[in-house]
Amino acid sequence: MPKRVVSLWFPRLASDRFLRARPIDAPFVLTQRQSNTERLYCLNPLATQQGLQRGMGYSDARAFCSDLQSHPADPVGDQRFLHVLARWAKRYCPWVGLEGANGLVLDITGAAHLFGGEANLLHDIHLRLARAGLLVKSGVADTRGAAWAFAHYGNGDATQAHPLDAIGRLPVAALRLEEKTCVGLQRLGVRFVSDLRALPRATITRRFGSAVLLRLDQAVGTQAESISPLPNPPRYQVRLSLPDPIGLEADVMAGTARLLDQLCGKLKGREMGARVLLLTLRRVDKANQEIELRLACAMRDPLRILPLFERGVGQIDAGFGIDQLHLAATLVEPLPVQQMSHAHGRVDGRLEDLITRIGNRIGLENVQRFLPADSHIPERSYIIAPAAYSDPAGSWVNFRERPIQLFPPEPIMGTGPSPPAFLRWRRMTFRVERATGPERIAPEWWLSDENWRSGVRDYWKVETKQGRRLWLFYTPQNPGWFVQGQFA
Amino acid sequence: MRLVDYAMPSDFPDHFPPRANRVHEACGPNAFGFAFALAGHLRGSVLWVREAWQADQINPAGVSPYIDPHSLLIAKGNDQTEVLATAEESLRSGVVALTVIELTKPIGLTAGRRLQLAAEAGQSTGLCIVPEGTGSNAVETRWHCTPVFDPTDSTLQRWELIKNKSGTLTAWDVRWNAEARRIIVVSEARERPVP
Repeated sequence: MPKRVVSLWFPRLASDRFLRARPIDAPFVLTQRQSNTERLYCLNPLATQQGLQRGMGYSDARAFCSDLQSHPADPVGDQRFLHVLARWAKRYCPWVGLEGANGLVLDITGAAHLFGGEANLLHDIHLRLARAGLLVKSGVADTRGAAWAFAHYGNGDATQAHPLDAIGRLPVAALRLEEKTCVGLQRLGVRFVSDLRALPRATITRRFGSAVLLRLDQAVGTQAESISPLPNPPRYQVRLSLPDPIGLEADVMAGTARLLDQLCGKLKGREMGARVLLLTLRRVDKANQEIELRLACAMRDPLRILPLFERGVGQIDAGFGIDQLHLAATLVEPLPVQQMSHAHGRVDGRLEDLITRIGNRIGLENVQRFLPADSHIPERSYIIAPAAYSDPAGSWVNFRERPIQLFPPEPIMGTGPSPPAFLRWRRMTFRVERATGPERIAPEWWLSDENWRSGVRDYWKVETKQGRRLWLFYTPQNPGWFVQGQFA
Repeated sequence: MRLVDYAMPSDFPDHFPPRANRVHEACGPNAFGFAFALAGHLRGSVLWVREAWQADQINPAGVSPYIDPHSLLIAKGNDQTEVLATAEESLRSGVVALTVIELTKPIGLTAGRRLQLAAEAGQSTGLCIVPEGTGSNAVETRWHCTPVFDPTDSTLQRWELIKNKSGTLTAWDVRWNAEARRIIVVSEARERPVP
């Protein structure tokens, strides 16, 4: 069976992708910063009608076209979108590869008849992509090179009786040559592929190197060219179907243990660890029961993960029985194999397991730890971070004694810059015996903080006869006394 | 002069740290200070369980003389039921050296006993911080802690044992030695605060 290849070219992939999400009925361009100037990266048809073209300066383009809309380009996002399209194209054939930054190549050998022939297949591709708002040009031929040539330079009548004749009528640029080579060939009067084929091969190689003949041979099929399909993304999902429904908690746990063994084997093979696991239990009446387990650290040890499922499984209503278990790692993180050594101490992960267990009850973000921050402002000298997503890092530096408890500032009566002799706070009266201070802390002007609008603060540690040791501050720019903390 | 303080005969070492693998209670204005002193004494990680709505915060900079703030984890529950469930889970696992439970409402005998059983099962110590006047009958000991003014020292505090299941009730004047990270008992005869 002769090989058949479809080449798809998306001439406006980037702008089509953007306009799919946010349609704009005006000249629109995506701009990209190249060597210190904004240049047009991709245009929509209205912008092309205005005489703009790819690669021109953005400021020139705005001068030509006053109602031009623009947005910065995102080539990485475009590349991701192309991968999505490649995955979509697998509906036509299993052998799909990328062609440059804005094309796909499909090996449809033996697959076209499933769609009623090549013409119907191409029609289907065009129809679906047009509905998705993408401009596509396609070519189909026996070789990858010829398909590319028809997609880029053919004008729709690619399917002809003699493909070699058809390709002969295309310009030499259709052979995927460098622009410099194309210009050189045209200067010699070699405009079409048929002209090139008429020339003696030795002279072409002597003048332009072997690339030209290689491309020509690939296009006509005398030189093979492979299509490398994209790898399938790994799927961390396992399933267990049961001949008879089960309902006992121990049975479900035993099934889960089997699934976990398989899943953790998969994870281990790719050096990944699961962060979120989803166990779906299908009941005989087709009602799904789901247990989501959010782990405090990436894990792939079945013996450690299994006990964490106990609470969720215990809450499941089995109904008339469960006949299928499905376990998926919905969020995975790289978890490379680590060297174990005595220098790092005993890392047994029991604390992470505890955080997981607590986190599944009260929310993983509600288990928090303190991290030091670089600020003199007392309430900003630390960060509260979720313990599951942060590591204890940084050192705690204390220049002065600090209270163990901090409140939102509570106003008290008092006048003048020195602490009052008597103070009333939270309906208690205190006699001040000793006051240590002041320690002046200025607000961080580069951050706008509502609480520090009153200006600088003079902090005092006040020891009262009644025992309590309070942390007061006075705001000289906006006179007033406040209590903000309590010492041990 | 103060070096002799801890050499004085005192029954304090029999009572502090309070009995391991049990749940204890602390109340009074300086209950936080007691909790951190106990945590510093036990030398391990601490899980502090409290309700999310509470506006006052633990200041890690103030905690650093007692324990390394990195070893302190805070768990915030929506209500007291979640707090108790979290505390029970933590006590039962026995991973942290001390679980501090901040309670805002009195707990019943059942809840108190469950905590006690969890602490025994997990071989770890728990400390409930309760509002003054409330407390569970199931706890092992209850401590009332007040800071005391002293003209020469600013860490002096009074710890009163106001409930003890296995012993007498006593009171001590203690202070915290930040360099040694330990509690030092002030001798009764010489270091009473001047009235």
